[in-house]
Amino acid sequence: MHNGILYSIALWLRELMMPLIGNETIIDLIMTVIGIAVLFSIILTSALVFTYGERKICAFIQVRIGPNRVGGRFGLLQSVADMLKLMSKEDVIPNGVDYWVWALSPMLIFVPSALLYTVFPFDDGAIFADLNIGIFFAIAVSSQAVLPFLMGGYASNSKYGMVGGMRTVAQMLAYEVPMVFALMGIIMITGSLKMSAIVEAQGNVWFIFLQPLAFLIFLVTALVESNRPPFNIVEGESEIIAGPFTEYTGMRWALFFLAEFANLLSISIMTTTLFLGGWHGPAFLPGMVWFWIKVLIMVLVFQWIGWTFPRFRIDQMLSFGWKVLLPVALVNVLLTGIGVYIYNWL
Amino acid sequence: MAKTEPYILNMGPQHPSTHGVLQVQLELDGERILGAKPVMGYLHRGIEKLMESRTYTQCVPYTDRLDYVSSMNNNLGFCETVEELAGIEVPERAEYIRVIVAELNRIASHLIFIGTLMIDLGAATGMIYAFRDREKILDLFNIICGARMTFHYIRIGGVCADAQPEFIAETEKFLEYVPKMLEEYDHLMTGNEIFYHRLKGTSPLTREDVLRYSMSGPNVRASGVDYDIRKIDSYSIYDRFDFNVPLGTNGDNWDRYQVRFHEIIESAKIIRQAIDNLPDGEIMAKVPKVLRPPKGDVYHRVENTRGELGFYIVSDGSTKPYRVHIRRPSFVNLQALDTMCRGMLLADSVAAFSTIDPLMGEVDC
Repeated sequence: MHNGILYSIALWLRELMMPLIGNETIIDLIMTVIGIAVLFSIILTSALVFTYGERKICAFIQVRIGPNRVGGRFGLLQSVADMLKLMSKEDVIPNGVDYWVWALSPMLIFVPSALLYTVFPFDDGAIFADLNIGIFFAIAVSSQAVLPFLMGGYASNSKYGMVGGMRTVAQMLAYEVPMVFALMGIIMITGSLKMSAIVEAQGNVWFIFLQPLAFLIFLVTALVESNRPPFNIVEGESEIIAGPFTEYTGMRWALFFLAEFANLLSISIMTTTLFLGGWHGPAFLPGMVWFWIKVLIMVLVFQWIGWTFPRFRIDQMLSFGWKVLLPVALVNVLLTGIGVYIYNWL
Repeated sequence: MAKTEPYILNMGPQHPSTHGVLQVQLELDGERILGAKPVMGYLHRGIEKLMESRTYTQCVPYTDRLDYVSSMNNNLGFCETVEELAGIEVPERAEYIRVIVAELNRIASHLIFIGTLMIDLGAATGMIYAFRDREKILDLFNIICGARMTFHYIRIGGVCADAQPEFIAETEKFLEYVPKMLEEYDHLMTGNEIFYHRLKGTSPLTREDVLRYSMSGPNVRASGVDYDIRKIDSYSIYDRFDFNVPLGTNGDNWDRYQVRFHEIIESAKIIRQAIDNLPDGEIMAKVPKVLRPPKGDVYHRVENTRGELGFYIVSDGSTKPYRVHIRRPSFVNLQALDTMCRGMLLADSVAAFSTIDPLMGEVDC
């Protein structure tokens, strides 16, 4: 039996609805809809919160004050103001764009990051679909994020966009492979692809301690996956303006912007789930709270890295992926295999 | 077999990393650069022509607008040329103050170089740090002349305001801060592995290249050519100071960064000595109200932050120069962009452009 807060809330809701509706299937459906609504509001509002957070964190790193005008001394309403501004902008459709591909790209970009949330265990027993191929699903879905970028870059009839689109594909190929091999270690220890089983296995010791090498590789590849600096060569604003987003304005651009933060959240959640023990933590705080604390720490770490380093160059980045990360990940698999064998033998 | 063909990418004139309005036509094969053609003139204001219809004193503010991040050096160059033309003797104290402000301005300009280089490499944090420290120098200028840019402080015959004790005290405070500042840069930038590998070995210019392009300033010194006007053709009172000229060996982006980094230290050294030996006395020579230099022409050059800044002035004996030609170092240095970019990757073009450190106000004049 699970004992997370979310699980208890769900049980309570079910019991509340049972006498009113009385049909298990319909209640299941309602619960799913409620879950999706909550999830989407978290994803979308997180972007607003993170914009503010990122501005403040980057201001702190850059010895500045950051937003301090809109909404009181701490500029709390800055992201709301940003959003309003973006919404009121003119929707410019450049000449010669492949309209449907171009217009679909900013919408599709949300699909992979939203789908990812279906397999994240937020709390004990709180997981949308505990697939028996959970981690595999997560990797497969997250690599789809490359398509909207390529679409946007290709369809916007801009050379900057095209270069950015090509870069996305190259970097995806170079970094997806080490990522999968890095996660192999975890799967070997857990013996399961289920996300819940992976979190369960970290009850005593987190995988960051058992798999430090894999953690580092995952950290780097996750940065690449979410286009965070120093791996943001897809946007590379000093060379190719904004890569695939160059020709988007107003709300369309804002969608890319939001997706970037949704991605930041999802890679932080993924790191937490796979390496930091998910919702596990000392008992004085509920699992849910531990989970979000760890996620926010990861967000902070990603921002910290991003605001400190210069950007890689494409060739350096690709050779780093293929020539450094992949061999190291393979060695990690070997070491884990030996470790698991010895452990079983003992 | 896939068919590929090179394409032209117009970088600029509206682009985040062209430091103003420059257009670079990049011929690309994928990400590889086959050629780079700088197209300039978007900021042309006709300063040389404008000067012909202004009196000599009225010309000085125009030099502020040439290289607007190192205006003191431009003021100095123009004023010294006119002084040479008219045979004006500048008071000792004014000479020292000129050197102090010119070298402070050199530091400020190199800080801009570091800042823009960092942001061109994608590290916004480095830029903010460099600009924060440049702000301190601008505050110093604010004390001495009331302006933070386009100073018009060095005038023909001297300087327009005396260096108050407050300015000297604040400058000394800044000089104490310089080593701390550079150490911080070492931690944040020089010691950064990505930064190093982005710059090391990219866009090399050989000794022959820089001489062929008749480049000057830190760009040639990075290639190992010992060419510093302050040393080889000393002007003002630079021969009285003890300072080194930092030299590079490979002429790559990394060396160009290192040379400028060390020039900050040397400039601080010069300022230190100038403050210690600052004499009392007049700050302005006796210059006639209406300046009529005798007939003749003069070419005078100074070491601007970006290289050899030369003024060629022809006087016909009237109150206005007959012809002014300005040898702008950025304009000459920018020619090397093609050589530097060839065979490099798209991202390197930005770094190469940044390490030439051209300033559009000066390129287009």
